[in-house]
Amino acid sequence: MGSWAKRQLLGFWRILRRPSRHYSLGFLTVAGFIVGIVFWGGFNTALEATNTEAFCTSCHEMRDNVFQELKSTIHYSNRSGVRATCPDCHVPHRWTDKIARKMQASKEVWGKIFGTISTREKFLDERLTLADHEWQRLKANNSLECRNCHNYDSMDLTRQASRAAQVHKLWLGSGEKTCIDCHKGIAHQLPDMTGVPQG
Amino acid sequence: MRNKLWTAVGVAVLMVLVFVAGWKMGQSPGAGAAPKAASVPIDARAIFVPESGQIDALRRGVPVDQEGHPPAIARVENADLKRVRAYPMQPPTIPHSIDGYQVDRNSNRCLLCHARANAATFQAPPVSVTHYMDRDDQFLATISPRRYFCNQCHVVQTDAPVLVTSQFRDIDSVLAQPATQAAAAPATARPATPAPAQPAAKE
Repeated sequence: MGSWAKRQLLGFWRILRRPSRHYSLGFLTVAGFIVGIVFWGGFNTALEATNTEAFCTSCHEMRDNVFQELKSTIHYSNRSGVRATCPDCHVPHRWTDKIARKMQASKEVWGKIFGTISTREKFLDERLTLADHEWQRLKANNSLECRNCHNYDSMDLTRQASRAAQVHKLWLGSGEKTCIDCHKGIAHQLPDMTGVPQG
Repeated sequence: MRNKLWTAVGVAVLMVLVFVAGWKMGQSPGAGAAPKAASVPIDARAIFVPESGQIDALRRGVPVDQEGHPPAIARVENADLKRVRAYPMQPPTIPHSIDGYQVDRNSNRCLLCHARANAATFQAPPVSVTHYMDRDDQFLATISPRRYFCNQCHVVQTDAPVLVTSQFRDIDSVLAQPATQAAAAPATARPATPAPAQPAAKE
């Protein structure tokens, strides 16, 4: 059996190494191009499909815990109807960073398979760890996902409440702090924050 | 050839039938619904206290068989201007909105700014020293558990109209009143010039 598989593999390898006998170079180039487009398009479509709220909430872990909490916040329901979906905050928009995050997310598939947070109790126990990952990520990239929409240069401080304007100018304007330093738990409930610096 | 033609005709007829069925089904809920009772444009605020003098908080004086327009939801005052206290020990009212503030076992959003340690960072008034004392007046390092839930005493104010005019006068206006008038007037009498009404507290 082993030798049979070996022979098959070797045969395939020989086909790959040999120059094409039947197909012209032009055909191979054009066909390669078209197949490449189809594959790349398929890959991107699949990637975008995993980057939707419908995909995130198709698992009960997300739908029953974090998504329910999001619903009452201003990032889900507000006066102008502009809203953030899961990937807007949790997946970087730039391609390289996005692929890096998607590779990290393979661990979440592992967690899903083995039911790391399959019940509400397990989720609550893990919540601080999970939240901490997101805080670390946002701290490291200077709250990039917040800033995709919330641009300090475009903030009209005169239209903010005076205390908000004052604090934003003092800490965000000086670059001393980043969004996530103060705005933890704006879209989801906070875990036990004992010992976690806020603000 | 003939067979094919009949198949095509059959498919076409079937498609038309499905289309008509779908059309009918889509229309039926709107046509079948009973005509809605006309809502009565009653300003429910105006008759909040009906003739009988009882406050009618639920229907606001609108007859049971009619539907009134509910008053607009009051907006929280968010001007960050500290308000005067009506009496010395009154818990100060919150001069900003507190929508979505998480105050529970895990976290206290109010103390993010108003805790003693964070007050300077956010230029917020720190909570009083009394809030760090237990009931035996012993000072604690952190906020006293009995003071933890801020909203038990401190509330926001809205722009809702005052439902019942307050006749409260603070001690300064009582003291300023001439002594003879104060002695003559019974304790329960309505003051000649009511003090400016405080906005009603809403929780």
